[in-house]
Amino acid sequence: MNPSYAVPAVALVVVATVLVGAFGLRISRTTSDFYVASRTVGPRLNAAAISGEYLSAASFLGIAGLVLVQGPDMLWYPVGYTAGYLVLLLFVAAPLRRSGAYTLPDFAEARLASQAVRRLAGAFVVGVGWLYLLPQLQGAGLTLSVLTGAPDWLGGVIVAAVVTATVAAGGMRSITFVQAFQYWLKLTALLVPALFLIAAWQADGAPRHAFEEPAGFREQRIVRVDDRVDLKLGRPLTVTVDGTVDGRPHDGTRLTLPPGTHRIERGTELTFDRGTPVPAADRAPGGALAPSRAESREERPLYATYGLILATFLGTMGLPHVVVRFYTSPHGVAARRTTVAVLALIGAFYLLPPVYGALGRLYAPELTLSGDADAAVLLLPGRMLGGTGGDLLGALIAGGAFAAFLSTASGLTMAVAGVLTQDVLPSRGVRHFRLGTVIAMAVPLAASALVGGLPVADAVGLAFAVSASSFCPLLVLGIWWRRLTPPGAAAGMLVGGGTAFAAVAATMAGFPGTGAAHALLAWPALWSVPLGFLTMILVSLATPGRVPAGTAAILARFHLPEELRTEVRTEVTTP
Amino acid sequence: MPADPTERRVLVTGPPRRTRRAPGRPHRPRTEIDEQTTLGHTYVRSLMRAQLRAALTVFAVLALLVGPLPLLFAALPDARRLEWAVLGFCLYAPLVLLARWYVRRAERNERDLVRLVEDR
Repeated sequence: MNPSYAVPAVALVVVATVLVGAFGLRISRTTSDFYVASRTVGPRLNAAAISGEYLSAASFLGIAGLVLVQGPDMLWYPVGYTAGYLVLLLFVAAPLRRSGAYTLPDFAEARLASQAVRRLAGAFVVGVGWLYLLPQLQGAGLTLSVLTGAPDWLGGVIVAAVVTATVAAGGMRSITFVQAFQYWLKLTALLVPALFLIAAWQADGAPRHAFEEPAGFREQRIVRVDDRVDLKLGRPLTVTVDGTVDGRPHDGTRLTLPPGTHRIERGTELTFDRGTPVPAADRAPGGALAPSRAESREERPLYATYGLILATFLGTMGLPHVVVRFYTSPHGVAARRTTVAVLALIGAFYLLPPVYGALGRLYAPELTLSGDADAAVLLLPGRMLGGTGGDLLGALIAGGAFAAFLSTASGLTMAVAGVLTQDVLPSRGVRHFRLGTVIAMAVPLAASALVGGLPVADAVGLAFAVSASSFCPLLVLGIWWRRLTPPGAAAGMLVGGGTAFAAVAATMAGFPGTGAAHALLAWPALWSVPLGFLTMILVSLATPGRVPAGTAAILARFHLPEELRTEVRTEVTTP
Repeated sequence: MPADPTERRVLVTGPPRRTRRAPGRPHRPRTEIDEQTTLGHTYVRSLMRAQLRAALTVFAVLALLVGPLPLLFAALPDARRLEWAVLGFCLYAPLVLLARWYVRRAERNERDLVRLVEDR
């Protein structure tokens, strides 16, 4: 990758983001503008903004990397990210907008009239938001260091600074334009290079073995192993080794390794012959941007797949940056139509990462071994096209990747800062919102500096699992069930979300090593979501006296179309 | 208040949450209509049932569409191309179509209710 093209591309995206944000600032005048863009954002602009915000680094780089390493099973991620919006549309979209609340804590308080539930929901919003911000900052650092060799922390600091400045200055109105702009930028940045790459693939005779398992080398290829790796071989592998394998040094020796596990030391160069299947590397593959946990997939692939499906399908509706967006729609009908447009936009975008994943299996299969699978999207143009054209397309992708970090981080910061301003900081107003923004970004930035090498990748999966087990029951039961009580909601969120959080935290800390227990802990959604729902329902039924007095009125407000609110009043007040 | 509620501008500021509210007196956003009558109840309940039925129908279709796929792929380990095609390219269009069908149905439910109320 040639930094002399990539650096200007990244700089251009950053400058354009600031400029579009400043354009929004000029028309962002009132507090209402600030928080919810005065609720006048039409479906098309809002849908592009929601999609721009939603398509994070995990979507832009991570999915192709995961598919490259682990094969088509990983395509469940984009399917789940998209289908989550369908579930959101079915059960939540219009009533959530009509509830008139701004954040999830607002919703909890409006529905249940309880300060305790409000504070609990606020704590979960801040926690999920920070968990999701962490990989964005780390991904930015990784991209910048792959592109230019800059130190790991620099990318994160740049993203944090730009996002804090844009959000603090312009609030929601400004962010809406920035996000909408970044959706189209991201789509272009993946689509245009993909067209060139597909043309190059056609010119190459359209080889099809990308879909075979495992991927194979198309030509003789030298692979340099950057980090120590264990190769798991199912059958003998013939390879030329320059370095250390199984503790023995080799200098350009041709070896035939028997089936079993072989340890390749850091810095070793392996030369594979044409047609050799790519061996499986036994290390948390997939890199830093998307949830990995490959080892548990091998033990319980079906269970893991269903856990992933449940977490992404039900978790989307509770992501704080997704929920805040719905309050910017003018009314419930617009909120629904916006969601359909979002589904179409996100679905169109997700057609592209599999293309990169498949081409990566053909043209860059060694990324599986060198540990840079997330860089596949960035490296493919240079690998397949080469020359100035390849460099320019690579720079376009780099710009798009930075747009992905910026937009998702902006939305999360906005949501977390909103909660901090309303519930934690002593007084309200735009000035305190700006203080909240700084705090919202400072904490994950400090955390990403502290936990540097840890597998924070799993934070994205953790965020979805926690959201699916805490906010999904709260939203669905709150909107559709009259007998929900504050103690029930609090207990359900604590038990469902709390156990999901504890389970994945235990997995990330490395406990326990193997077996069914490990799979259950690594993919908690399959048991923690039913647990959350069940706790919420049972505790609510056990405390029937605590059903809030105005529940009927609140539910009517959630479900009645806006034009009917005044109609019903005239109806019932003139008997 | 203007006749069309969509044109109303809503200010989202309020009193400080922690300082000014007395404990034990929960805050609740003002609703603009008094739905606490039998008539209002009946309308709301029937609308909620219709909307929930539409939502559950689409959800069931989604579950039937997606639910068997992992089992299918596990049963056919050689059908890699099928898995690539289905997960990579074929699922998104049905998702959008399901969403559009649901929105049309939900909006019709709401229009029916509006017509019912206005006809009386």
